[in-house]
Amino acid sequence: MELSSNLLIFYLLAAFIVASAILAVASKRIMRAATYLLFVLVGTAGLYLMLNYHFLAAVQLSVYAGGILILFLFAIFLTNPKGDAAEPHDRRRVVMGIAASLCGAAVAGFIILKQFFLYPIPDTAIGDHEVSMKVIGTALMGTGKFQYLLPFEALSVLLLACIIGGILIARKS
Amino acid sequence: MIPMNHYLVVSTILFFVGIYGFIARKNMLAVLISIELVLNAVEINFSVFNRYLYPERLEGMFFSLFGIAISAAETAVAIAIIINVYRNVQNIDIRSIDKLKG
Repeated sequence: MELSSNLLIFYLLAAFIVASAILAVASKRIMRAATYLLFVLVGTAGLYLMLNYHFLAAVQLSVYAGGILILFLFAIFLTNPKGDAAEPHDRRRVVMGIAASLCGAAVAGFIILKQFFLYPIPDTAIGDHEVSMKVIGTALMGTGKFQYLLPFEALSVLLLACIIGGILIARKS
Repeated sequence: MIPMNHYLVVSTILFFVGIYGFIARKNMLAVLISIELVLNAVEINFSVFNRYLYPERLEGMFFSLFGIAISAAETAVAIAIIINVYRNVQNIDIRSIDKLKG
């Protein structure tokens, strides 16, 4: 019973994500595309919750849905003087895009559905245990093996460089 | 437990929908939204492989975490560039970005 309800929730989430993604790239108005992107990001956070990565879901919601979406909305407002005008799609580009993505999806889907692992996937280990915050914190702040202080600091330098670069690029000269 | 292939199928569809948008859209912000879809698919894959193949380790989760942060940085710089382009050519259609300042 629990298994089937899990599967049902997963299928609902998957249908939600896929439909929102298709609408995000297919809608002509850029504001609607941004809104559908928000739906995709929230659905992805739901997938992380189903995988029991609660911290990752929180980060996804706060950084993506909270930060990046606001950035997108500001950019849309700043670059769209005559309101949210619909842009007509270029027929040739659409055909090329559908062809490219269908070819790629066919190859990748074939590989995914036909592959098998030489050793069995451990079914029992992937139960309900969530990663505790203490484990995440020690792994993120440690300097030992499988610990991530150096990438964390490099990331902070990268973000600082991004702030300075963004100000320099977008500044009125 | 949900089979691993189901997650992979979802992220594959997300990835190639993003590829389609990258090719077909003309608005630079829409192209950026498509890139976000692609990055999202990749992050789902990282955490799914981590959870199903190495559930006692955390590498995939941290790759997703750093991927989210890096995509935030990338989006900030890209939006700064787009706003600058808009200031110079008054629209953000990718077909009008064929001149470099010489």
